[in-house]
Amino acid sequence: MLAACGITSAEQLFEQVPASARIDHALNIPPGLSEYEIADTFKALGAKNAVGYASFLGAGVYNHYRPVVVDTIVSRGEFLTSYTPYQSEISQGTLTAIFEFQTMICQLTGMDVANASMYDGSTAVPEAAMMAVRVTKRNRILVARSVHPEYRDVLNTYAKNQGLPVEEVGYDNETGQIDLNDLEAKLNGETACVIIQSPNFFGIVEDTNAAAERAHAKGALLVFTFAEAVSLGILEPPRAADIVAGELQSFAISPSYGGPFAGIMAAKEQFIRQIPGRLVGATKDTNGNRAFCLTLATREQHIRREKATSNICTNQALVALMATIYMELYGKQGLRELATQNLSKARYLAGKLKPRFSGPSFNEFVAVTADPEDVNRRLLDRKIIGGLPLAKYYPELSDGVLLCATEMTKRADMDALAEVFHS
Amino acid sequence: MIPNKVRSHLVQNEDLIFEQSSPGKNGYQLPPLDVPEVDPAEALGAANVRATIEDFPEVSEVEVIRHFTRLSTWNYAIDLGMYPLGSCTMKYNPRINEAVARIEGLAWAHPYQPESLSQGVMEVTERLEAALLAITGLDAITLQPAAGAHGELTGILLVRAFLEAQGNPRKRILTPDSAHGTNPATAGIAGYDVQNIRSNDQGMIDLEELARAVDTDVAALMVTNPNTLGVFEENIMKAADILHSKGAMVYMDGANMNALVGIARPGDFGIDVMHLNLHKTFSTPHGGGGPGSGPVAVKKHLEPFLPTPRLHRKGDTLTWDYNRPQSIGKVRAFYGNFGVLVRALAYIYAHGGPGLRNATVDAVLNANYLRHRLRPYFDLPYDRPNMHEVVFSDDRQSAKGVRTGDMAKRLIDYGFHPYTVSFPLIVHGALMIEPTETESKRELDQFVEAMIAIATEVDTEPQTVLKAPHMTRTTKVDEVTAARKPIVRWKR
Repeated sequence: MLAACGITSAEQLFEQVPASARIDHALNIPPGLSEYEIADTFKALGAKNAVGYASFLGAGVYNHYRPVVVDTIVSRGEFLTSYTPYQSEISQGTLTAIFEFQTMICQLTGMDVANASMYDGSTAVPEAAMMAVRVTKRNRILVARSVHPEYRDVLNTYAKNQGLPVEEVGYDNETGQIDLNDLEAKLNGETACVIIQSPNFFGIVEDTNAAAERAHAKGALLVFTFAEAVSLGILEPPRAADIVAGELQSFAISPSYGGPFAGIMAAKEQFIRQIPGRLVGATKDTNGNRAFCLTLATREQHIRREKATSNICTNQALVALMATIYMELYGKQGLRELATQNLSKARYLAGKLKPRFSGPSFNEFVAVTADPEDVNRRLLDRKIIGGLPLAKYYPELSDGVLLCATEMTKRADMDALAEVFHS
Repeated sequence: MIPNKVRSHLVQNEDLIFEQSSPGKNGYQLPPLDVPEVDPAEALGAANVRATIEDFPEVSEVEVIRHFTRLSTWNYAIDLGMYPLGSCTMKYNPRINEAVARIEGLAWAHPYQPESLSQGVMEVTERLEAALLAITGLDAITLQPAAGAHGELTGILLVRAFLEAQGNPRKRILTPDSAHGTNPATAGIAGYDVQNIRSNDQGMIDLEELARAVDTDVAALMVTNPNTLGVFEENIMKAADILHSKGAMVYMDGANMNALVGIARPGDFGIDVMHLNLHKTFSTPHGGGGPGSGPVAVKKHLEPFLPTPRLHRKGDTLTWDYNRPQSIGKVRAFYGNFGVLVRALAYIYAHGGPGLRNATVDAVLNANYLRHRLRPYFDLPYDRPNMHEVVFSDDRQSAKGVRTGDMAKRLIDYGFHPYTVSFPLIVHGALMIEPTETESKRELDQFVEAMIAIATEVDTEPQTVLKAPHMTRTTKVDEVTAARKPIVRWKR
């Protein structure tokens, strides 16, 4: 190969790099390890984390069982090691799977169109807000304070740099739902959208229709977000929303210390050309056979450059595929049964504790206790990770702990947790 | 005549899952409830409970397995052969990376579990940060961005925050005409106007043009190095001086970092801020379009502005520091695409320092080998030694009515994924080819034979090339109708 290149040493290839830019030392990284040593290293790192604990953490990341079939399929090299499906003729596997994904997201959310996925829920929300700004040509964003605090953080980062004022709408101190009076007071002719989450960060199901009515009355869009996708197995879909931007981690995506996850973006038909990210469409090939391809690329960065709807250039294809397989395995009946199990477990736990809010909750709720951190410390002694103390995110709820129960939560652990709460 | 890399074989047809659905089927098992079952309508209020998920599929486990296995055979993949997509660094994805990412203590770590029970995942983060800083020669890094474009946005927000702290965020971002499309899109999202800078006749940054464009309204230059022609910007340090002299910064798009690891460090050649693509340089799988990861490394002066939280070590203990008053805030919930970080660290461990440098040398050698083998057949507009990729133009072939896109489709018939088509924009009819270090000479030679065969076909039977591909299950698709009347979901 060197001879074919007319050189005697591969080092000559780097002569184009000015000597002053080149490094004259070895990288400060130790020599390579064998496969066995790598596995060993990471096993040791894994063992330094919580292993063998029962956990009541939710708050945007949920413990649901991952059927074995999911990894069987996503480990196939044809899915794992392929690129973004620009070349339709040799990407129909990925494209067909995405088309099914988009369809099921529409069926779950009651929207007309859905894209091929977003990075995650926290980044889907600001993308939805920016979409609402484009659609309405207004620039104020209202976001419920009961939307996931980290989603709001990311929204603020995006909005700040585009001169989009973001204002929070409070929650009802009794029900834990959005304060509709506060919403009405803050809505005006400059409001592009109202962002609500349901179940919200406190686990409470919102009155989506009521929020939508008020937003629409002022010409604003309703952006609906969710962090717990399993809830859609049982809850009425947010048909009154204009844009739905949420998180699919619950669908066979392991918690993995917070990522990679997959977000979704779905909307009413009339907004299809304002949706950011990839879209797969159905068409035919030259033989008249059904085929799929990436479509409406004129919205995107590689065509429109600085005028694109977003700078996003990938979706989360492999992670979205996990969710696709999961939805197909559970199906119509399974998702409902799964959701009912989650609801039942959480209600059992709530029955043993003091819930802070009266609104209807799904698989999470805020419990009140004098010293949440102390309760959590005592739970750790029993190999239980308690809920999330809310003081850090909601100083006014410093006696609140956000607890979650899923189909994986055992009754014995719930009984043990309740015991510690009451001792 | 197709060389011996491919032969046709039976491919299964497969309907959409919705068309295979029949009532009552399912592919899951739940354990019996160990608590009383709650009636959803009673618990949530009847108005909050949906009747059904209309048209949601109902199929068995084996049907799901067959469905996706059949679909998978319709995909091309690195595991099937070379994927010479320029700028995409489609290298082999080692399977040990997949195995370690699934270790229980890592895959099931909850982002809010106590720090005392998260020291292992935090150590993964710490070790990867250290390795990437050693590779880039920069001073601080955030692993939070979820993808390359997300890293770009983070980087430009850092520039903006720094300038704002000095009293003026400035107005413009400069991008060369050879830039990736995400660069100007990012600048737009970050609230900047974009000014295009013309390249010189060598396809490089034109220092005079740059000097004319840079004033105190310019926030930064976004540059890719090696550039999208696969050539090292030899004047990068002078360019950086021009920017720095007016208080502006240099952002580097790290898409092409596979050409530099172990050879040169952006921190040493004037770069203030850059992103890396772990799904390119560090071998994490593309997965059909994600997940990626786009860490952003910076010089010291930008460190106070990095997203929250920041990892800190206090003796034996790692903690997350949220008290960062100058931070741009969060760009993503939690700590980024952690599972991707695990895979990248495993890749770095497998290679080690010397191995990483060897990989770079092999990647550059492979690309130069292709340049030498293919230059008798294709026009090489910028004829000079390249780094990790080489860009030809279709000048000779388009004179005969066959364009780069046509030849790319014909390459499929020969058993290869197409190269990157029509990019960079500064090369008319570009064929952008990046082999990476993981291709053997045997695979490269088969690719060369295929390219030569196509060049010959352009002379002897151009229609064969123009109507390609011929061997695929799906022939050319009607993208125009797809865009005119978009059907983006199945309906009964």
